[in-house]
Amino acid sequence: MTQFIPIPSGGRVQRADIPHLPFDSFRTQALEIVKNGGKVVHFFAYEDQGSMKLMAVLRTDRLLAAGCDAPDTYPCLTKACEPFHLFEREIAEQYGIRPEGHPWLKMVRYHENIRKKPDVFNNDYTHDIPGNYDYYQVKGDEIHEVAVGPVHAGVIEPGHFRFNCIGERVLHLEIQLGYQHRGVEALLQTAKPKQLPILAENIAGDTTIGHGLCMAQAVEALASVQVDAGAKIIRTIALELERLANHIGDLGALCMDVAFLAPANYFGRIRGDFLNLSLLLCGNRFGKGLVRPGGVRFSLDDDIRKTLDERIKELKPQVEHVLELIFSASTVRARFEGCGSVRAEDADHLGLVGPAGRASGLAYDARRCFATEHYPHLLIPENAKATGDVYARARVRYDEVHQSIEIIQFLIGKSVDTQPVEGGTQALQALAPSSFAVTLNEGWRGEVSHAVLTDDAGNILRYKVKDPSFHNWNGLAMALRDTGISDFPLNNKSFNLSYCGFDL
Amino acid sequence: MLTILKNRFEQGYRTCNYPKEKPAVFSRYRGKPVIRKTADQDMVSACADACPQDAIDVDNKKIDMGRCIFCGTCERLSKGEFVTFTGDFEISTAKKEDLLTDGDLPSLAQHAKQHFKKLFGRSLQLRQVSAAGCNACEADLNVLATPFFDLARFGINFVASPRHADAIVVTGPVSRNMKTALLQTYEAVPEPRVVIAVGSCTLTGGPFSHSAEVAKGLDTILPVDLFIPGCPPHPLTNLHGLLAFFKA
Repeated sequence: MTQFIPIPSGGRVQRADIPHLPFDSFRTQALEIVKNGGKVVHFFAYEDQGSMKLMAVLRTDRLLAAGCDAPDTYPCLTKACEPFHLFEREIAEQYGIRPEGHPWLKMVRYHENIRKKPDVFNNDYTHDIPGNYDYYQVKGDEIHEVAVGPVHAGVIEPGHFRFNCIGERVLHLEIQLGYQHRGVEALLQTAKPKQLPILAENIAGDTTIGHGLCMAQAVEALASVQVDAGAKIIRTIALELERLANHIGDLGALCMDVAFLAPANYFGRIRGDFLNLSLLLCGNRFGKGLVRPGGVRFSLDDDIRKTLDERIKELKPQVEHVLELIFSASTVRARFEGCGSVRAEDADHLGLVGPAGRASGLAYDARRCFATEHYPHLLIPENAKATGDVYARARVRYDEVHQSIEIIQFLIGKSVDTQPVEGGTQALQALAPSSFAVTLNEGWRGEVSHAVLTDDAGNILRYKVKDPSFHNWNGLAMALRDTGISDFPLNNKSFNLSYCGFDL
Repeated sequence: MLTILKNRFEQGYRTCNYPKEKPAVFSRYRGKPVIRKTADQDMVSACADACPQDAIDVDNKKIDMGRCIFCGTCERLSKGEFVTFTGDFEISTAKKEDLLTDGDLPSLAQHAKQHFKKLFGRSLQLRQVSAAGCNACEADLNVLATPFFDLARFGINFVASPRHADAIVVTGPVSRNMKTALLQTYEAVPEPRVVIAVGSCTLTGGPFSHSAEVAKGLDTILPVDLFIPGCPPHPLTNLHGLLAFFKA
C-alpha cells in the first residue's frame, strides 16, 4: 500500500500534507510505483532549514508525491529501476549525495555541488572541460572511436558525442553534455520577481512558451491567481504555434539529411513564417514576453486575429503539399524506415516522452493526460503509428502539424477577450508559504515540468526545472545502437533535443 | 515527379529584396528604442525599476541595448512618454559604448575598420560558436540560409571548420564549460579574424548576468568587432549587421 499521495497537476499543496516517509519506505514505495508502470516526473534534493531532503513526483494516471530525509549515501534506485538513473546522477552532482551501487555514476553538467561536499565524481573543477573524463570504452582489434564536439559543424548548440564503432557500425554512443550550464536553477531561486519570467523563457529559447507556461502556472497556483478564459486561449495558440514552427523545421531538416533539398528549403522558409506568427502575436519570433503569471501581456485584437487567420489559410495548403511531397517519396521512406529503432520496452525503461516516446508506442501526451489552459476543451488524439524508427518520429510530427493547424484555426474562429497583464510581479510577491506546486505542459519535445517549493515566509526555497530532453537524450543513444554511423545526423535530427534545456 | 513540379510552382520565388527594400515587419515587433529626453524624471526612474534587465540609465536617460531584451516593459509603463520601440531593425554597433543609446545610433557602415570591407566584402566565411545560447539566437542565424534571406547571394556562408572561416559568430553568455572550446575555435581561425557577438547574452550576459557560471559579455574574453543586440536579434538585424559592416 503506497503512502505517496495524489497531488493536482498545476495546483497548490501544503508541504505539511505531503507524506514525509522514512527513507527505506520512500525507496521501496517509489520503486514499486515505477516498476508497475509509473514514470518519474521529478526526483530531486533540496535543503530545508539546514537539513537535506528528497522529493519524488511520480506519474501514473495522476501525479503522486512523497518526500524523505536525504541520507549522505543511500542504496541507489537505478539498479532496480532504470528511470531513476539520470535523476540520481543529478542529485549526486547538485548536492554531493551518493547513490551507492549506481551502475553509471558520472557527472551530468560538470559543476561543483552546492554544499561544497567532497565531489562524488572526483572531478577537479579547475579543469574547465566537461569532456575531461574517461569515456566508456569498447575494446577489440577492429574497434575505433569517433569523437564529435563540443563545437559542431552546424549552427547548433554544443555537446560531446563519443562513438564506439566496429567499421561503420555503432556499438555504443556516449553523450556528454554540460557545456551549456548557466546555473539556471540557482538563478530562479534568487531572482527578483521581475526577472523570474525572463529567466524561465530563456531556459530553452525554442521552448519559450513551454517553459514560460510552466513557470506562470506554478506562480498562479502558489499565489492563488486566476487566469481569464481569453488568456488561456492565447496561451494555447502560442504553444501550438511553437509546436508548428519546430516540427516543420525538423521535418525540413530531416529532408536535408537525406539530401531531398527542395522540401528542406520550403520548410526552412515556412518555419520562419510560423515564427513570424508568434511575432504577430507578441512582437517576438519565439514568443518571448507573451506569457506572464496571471495571463498574457498581449491581447488577440480582432485585426491581429484576422491577419493570423489569413496567414494560416495561406500557409495550410503549402504545408500539406510539402508534407505530401516528403511522405510520398520512396527515397525518403527508404532512408527513414527501419533507421534508428527504439523498441517500446526500451523507450519505457528510459522514460521517453513527447514525439520520441509516442513514436515508440508510449501514448502519453500531457495535453490529454494533464490538460491545462484551453486543452480540457480540445480533443488530442492518440498516436497509433509506433514503429520506433526515424519514420515514426517524422510521422508523429506529420500528424501533430495537422492537428496544431486545426487547433489554431478552431481557436481563432471567434473573438478572444482578455485583460492583458504586465510583468505578473504582484503575484510573485505573494506566494503562499510552505507550499508546493508542480506544473506540466506538453511542449513540442514532450513533457516540460517545473516544481516549486516555498519556505515558511513564502520565498522560493527550491525551483526544479525539467526539460523533456532530460528524458530523451538516452533515447538517441539507444537509437544509435547497431546503426551505421553515417545515420547519426538523421537520427539526431529525428530527436532534435535541447542542450541548454538539459544543461540548465 | 509531378508533385515535385507542382510544389516548385506553388512555392514560387521567395527571396526578399533587402537591402534594396526593407521588408515589412508586423507592428508589434520591437526594434530600435527611441527615447524622449523630455520625459519626466520620476517616470524614467519608474521604468528603470520595472526593467527586468536593469538596462535603463536614469541620469543620462539612455537605454543599454546590450542588456535590453526588447520586452517593451518601459514603453508600456511610460505609454511611450519615455521610450518607444520602433520598427527599425538596423541596430547593430561596432563599439560597445554605442549600445547605450537614446535612439541616435552612429552609422554602422562608417566603422573604424574599413579594411575589413576590402578583405571580406566579396567573400565572408563564418564559423558559428554557440556558447550556452538558448537556441533562439542560433535559430535566427540559421534562418539566414533559408530562401527568404538567402545569405549566400551576398557571398556570405556559415562553414563547418574554423580553419575555413574569416570570422566567428558567438551566441550565448559564454558558460564556464564552453570558454576553452570557444577560445580554441577562435585561435583556429586564421588572422586577420573578426569576432561578432550576437544577442543580449553574448553582449552582457543578458538574463544570466547574475550567474557565476557565465561571462559578463564576450568582450571581457575576446576583442569584439561587431555587436548585434536583441533577444534574439531579428534575422533582418543580423543581416543588416553583416552587410553594413562588411559590404562597401
